[in-house]
Amino acid sequence: MKKAETILNERDNILGRIREALKASAPLPGSHGGSHEHTPAGPPASHAREWLPAVGTSAAEQFELFARNAADLKADFQLLASREELKAALIKLRDAGKWQRIASHGGELTDFAGKSLGLPVTLTDRGYDVQEMEQCDAGITECDALIAQTGSVAVTSRSAGGRALSVLPPHHVVIARRDQLVADLPAAFARLQEKYAPDFPSMISFITGPSRTGDIERILVLGAHGPKKLTILCI
Amino acid sequence: MSFVSQFKAQAGEKTRDLRHRQFIRTALRGYETARDKRKGAFQSWESARQAAAETKWEAINHLDEHLVALTRQLEARGTKVHWASTGAQAREIIAQILRDKQARCIIKSKAMTSEEIHLNDALEKEGFTVVESDLGEFIVQLRHETPYHIVFPSMHLTRGEIRELFQRELGDAPSDTPEDLTMVARRVMRQKYITADVGFTGANFAIAETGMISITENEGNSRLTAALPKTMVTLIGIEKVLPRFADLALFLPMLATAGAGQPMTCYNTMYSGPRQPGEADGPEEWHVVLLDNRRTELLADTEQRDALHCIRCGACLNVCPIFRNVGGHTYGTTYSGPVGAVITPHLRGLQEWKHLSNASSLCGVCTEACPVKIDLHHHLLQNRRNASASQPAFLEKLAYKIFGIVANEPAFWSLAKKLGWLTQPLHDAVKGSALDPARAWTKTRDLPPMPRETFKDWWRKRMKAE
Ligand code: SF4
Repeated sequence: MKKAETILNERDNILGRIREALKASAPLPGSHGGSHEHTPAGPPASHAREWLPAVGTSAAEQFELFARNAADLKADFQLLASREELKAALIKLRDAGKWQRIASHGGELTDFAGKSLGLPVTLTDRGYDVQEMEQCDAGITECDALIAQTGSVAVTSRSAGGRALSVLPPHHVVIARRDQLVADLPAAFARLQEKYAPDFPSMISFITGPSRTGDIERILVLGAHGPKKLTILCI
Repeated sequence: MSFVSQFKAQAGEKTRDLRHRQFIRTALRGYETARDKRKGAFQSWESARQAAAETKWEAINHLDEHLVALTRQLEARGTKVHWASTGAQAREIIAQILRDKQARCIIKSKAMTSEEIHLNDALEKEGFTVVESDLGEFIVQLRHETPYHIVFPSMHLTRGEIRELFQRELGDAPSDTPEDLTMVARRVMRQKYITADVGFTGANFAIAETGMISITENEGNSRLTAALPKTMVTLIGIEKVLPRFADLALFLPMLATAGAGQPMTCYNTMYSGPRQPGEADGPEEWHVVLLDNRRTELLADTEQRDALHCIRCGACLNVCPIFRNVGGHTYGTTYSGPVGAVITPHLRGLQEWKHLSNASSLCGVCTEACPVKIDLHHHLLQNRRNASASQPAFLEKLAYKIFGIVANEPAFWSLAKKLGWLTQPLHDAVKGSALDPARAWTKTRDLPPMPRETFKDWWRKRMKAE
């Protein structure tokens, strides 16, 4: 009991030391040694767009950029014209991967995918058996945004069936709508904030390509712990 | 052996190991090419650096307010926040959580803070099983070694060595291709995520505005660690705060670019609580442990406070000529390379660790590489100043005093020059040996022969001739 009390009190001790330390102010960034001048850059929230990689202006350019980034990341990106094409693309994936069982969550696009595939489905919405999900050949989810600038997909625990669905099965298939494409990272953060703040889902994840590692001789290997394949179907 | 003689001995050994040097250089050359390409894609990398430096300045110089805002929001959503002044307290807090949960197996994703407080040793001593899930960390854990590099823990090992290790420790290594070896680790780890009682993670950023912890990784091991076990524990240094959610739009791509030459790391994940009502999965309990461990001492040093801006990207290690030659383990510290040389004296004692700041040519490539513009080589110099101010080197001072007297008096000076010419052959006889008072310097260096005729003699002769 004694111990727990002392540990609890560390909050005030730490904050006290911080406040004491901050009574003296530190030189501004870039002004060490007193020599070099610096011009303030301004807060990232309003200016980051001017510094980050360029993204083009039209939607067509941005779809092209997303496709290029996805290819660099070894993700499979398909821009589809209709529900029929979406269905055909899913069936092609199913047959190529010899899928037996999939995991997914309730949603307008994921329900459509489930019906199109005609396979047994593990749904995560009302809790699920982890071993069963581990045995699934693919996890199919919706998403919150596609980011042209980086080729990333933003998912959350609310929009994409929880935390594990997008990383546990060996193939992650994302189904997105065209209007979910945003130009850059600042736009993606703004969209998430608009949609959820202050009640954020407990997990927000930016997925940029299939899971990877370079821990052995810095050589790229896909599928380190998460999915070996990432497919993004956009209609 | 003292830390300094250990450093010297290992540095000598590693520098002579040409295979090691070649291997590290090759690995880092690939990194450099990728990083330059990614930096080039930025419209203005320099403005981005300046903004990142200003943002971290704001975060650190209002640290108390940000920590209060962060914890208020984390707690509002059911997260338990703990505060630890020392490594020992952090270890005790974490061990107590594990005891309460009657946990046996802990799956862990990469966290340098846990290396800093030697968490694994402490937990294993208490009988808990700790499994590192990051591939590089898993490899060094199997070797009972510390990470070689803060971002690339196993970069010093060849595929052959890793294959042998897997064969010996796991009895499974079909070939020595990185692909096959990675799949061995994947197989081993899969069931561990599912059966572990507690998932442990580090963190890269903490967002004050929204009460979130952000974790950056490539493998997906941290995602799984934070998804499947019933209890999650996160250990984070108090300096990791960022003021706003939108700051991540800049910091995430900068961390990836500077650290690994990637446009974005594969998974950048923000957690704001344990499993919330209506969510499919996630831990029932989430404990966040905020660690001071002498960071507030660094904070109190206004001149060096900005060393707390570090986002642990590893860029300064990658470009450092000293790191490349002596290797990561030689430092004997958790944080190696230039940033390790700057902060270790603060975290572990100036006099014991000042030699790290002396092991530098002050070339400044680290400062140029740093995405948050920490003036690293300025701080290396500052550490040297602090070290000699708090414990002056008397012999050195005496030597300079004598030099001052001699150099100020023309008669002494010309006598010294003549004596130098006369005695130099005597020095050659003992050069570099135990009898040589200047051997630390002369062992590896040659003094050019002193000319019989000094410049002054020559000048006088020339003037006369005219
Ligand atoms: S000091 Fe700068 S370059 Fe070095 S690890 Fe920290 S952030 Fe990266």
